Amino acid sequence: MNRERRELLHVSGVDKVFAGNVEALRGLDLTVRQEDFISLLGPSGCGKSTALRLIAGLSTPTSGKIEWRGDHGAGDIGVVFQEPTLMPWATVSQNVYLPFRLVGKSYNSVRDEVLEALKLVGLEKFQNAYPRELSGGMKMRVSIARAMVTRPRLILMDEPFAALDEITRFKLNNDLLELKAQIGCTVIFVTHSVFESVFLSDRIVVMAARPGRVTEELRVDEPYPRPESFRTSAAFADHARRASEALETAMEAA
Amino acid sequence: MTDAPMTDAATRAPVVDAEEARRAKSRKIEATARYTLPVLCMVLAIFAWDRIVAINEIPHYILPAPGLVWAYLVENWGNLTDAALLTGRITLMALLVAVIGGAGLAILFNQSRMVELSFYPYAVILQVTPVVAIAPLIFIYVESKTVGMLLCAWIVAFFPVLSSTTLGLNSVDRNLRDLFAIYRASRWQRLIHLQLPSALPYFLGGLRIAGGLSLIGAVVAELVAGTGGVGLGLAGRIQEAGYRLNIAGMFASLSLIAAMGVFIFAALSLLSHLLLRKWHESALKREG
Repeated sequence: MNRERRELLHVSGVDKVFAGNVEALRGLDLTVRQEDFISLLGPSGCGKSTALRLIAGLSTPTSGKIEWRGDHGAGDIGVVFQEPTLMPWATVSQNVYLPFRLVGKSYNSVRDEVLEALKLVGLEKFQNAYPRELSGGMKMRVSIARAMVTRPRLILMDEPFAALDEITRFKLNNDLLELKAQIGCTVIFVTHSVFESVFLSDRIVVMAARPGRVTEELRVDEPYPRPESFRTSAAFADHARRASEALETAMEAA
Repeated sequence: MTDAPMTDAATRAPVVDAEEARRAKSRKIEATARYTLPVLCMVLAIFAWDRIVAINEIPHYILPAPGLVWAYLVENWGNLTDAALLTGRITLMALLVAVIGGAGLAILFNQSRMVELSFYPYAVILQVTPVVAIAPLIFIYVESKTVGMLLCAWIVAFFPVLSSTTLGLNSVDRNLRDLFAIYRASRWQRLIHLQLPSALPYFLGGLRIAGGLSLIGAVVAELVAGTGGVGLGLAGRIQEAGYRLNIAGMFASLSLIAAMGVFIFAALSLLSHLLLRKWHESALKREG
């Protein structure tokens, strides 16, 4: 855990101002290292989704820089949105195949990767199903499989479990950590749930609104893999209290 | 004792409470009524028609009895099917051209905003001007009767395909669009793998309307142009029978045109169902 991990992405002094002089993000600094699990935690309007869109390259900063270390191309970023965002006309395996299809790889040449990704999220039996045949949690798993099938350098998750019931959410939290243990992915995870951020991440970036900005960064120095029992441990409660306080301070500051 | 659970399950009658039984019964009644009621209505209407003609002694050159219409249909079946084939061919060709033209324009408009801004108003103008008013002009400038008829039918039929496909191409899920951008999909890839599949249900909705309209276009063109030179279509048959006060002939041709319209609608509905049944909400079986 303590070894210095390689830097992946460096965000420095990024501002984003939308039309009408809406300051969505002010002075964002963030260094992402390999195998980081970073949560962006804050109230709505704090610019956490804006930050994610900037990092994804879907929008460009008004000022400041976003620098990738090393080569950076298509398929180096995986995304999971709040909705599963699957193509309803395509089967589960075709949905997971999409990132490869868009770089011109034939299905046969990547079939093993697609099936492996489906196996990692426990859906290998459903490869020929259509999205409408799946439950909300299963659709989200397909979405996660698609995000990681190219083994991207960075996975961005924008409140992926917010629309799911709590039981499903807990299960997916556990599975996500297991996945991280298996493939060692780097994740930036947007959430407004204190408990989710503590359970999942090793760094919590607390943000405030109007203008969107970072107010505090907390570390959760608990080793991975984290068992289910971590949720009910004293250490968890302690981290959750600190994160709640930081969030409260951020909201007062706004 | 090992078979105990089995006997238990076998002896227990399936539980159907009163509400469920009522619901099952009303479903069954509706399923039967869906076919029997329309047929019953038709039988009654024909019977009433026949009685009215007989009781009032209406002469056949004003209103023929249904039996007379039927006899005409049977007697002239060969001629009538030839006419139906001609009208049907024009209709299908017009539908094909409407689909290619309508969907093609929609894709073109979608790919270039400037083209859309330039031409969309004219597509609307073409649509809102009644085809009956345009048709005589068309036949002045177009030499071939067939081409003229196709043009008429196309003018009526292409617009629903254009407007619904345009709507579909623009109704892509916003997140999916972002996802394609993140994977750096080309404009072409976005069109093929994202926009066209998203637009398919909308396109098929427009197609069903266009099917009926292209029949209307074909009939109107036939009535305006006359069909000398290419043989007689169903509309031409109606006209001709009218000149001779052969009212039974008019009814016979009319019923064939109606049957053709129903057939086109049913065929396009089936096509739509087959293409969408696996994934689209509209094609899913309705539950209870």
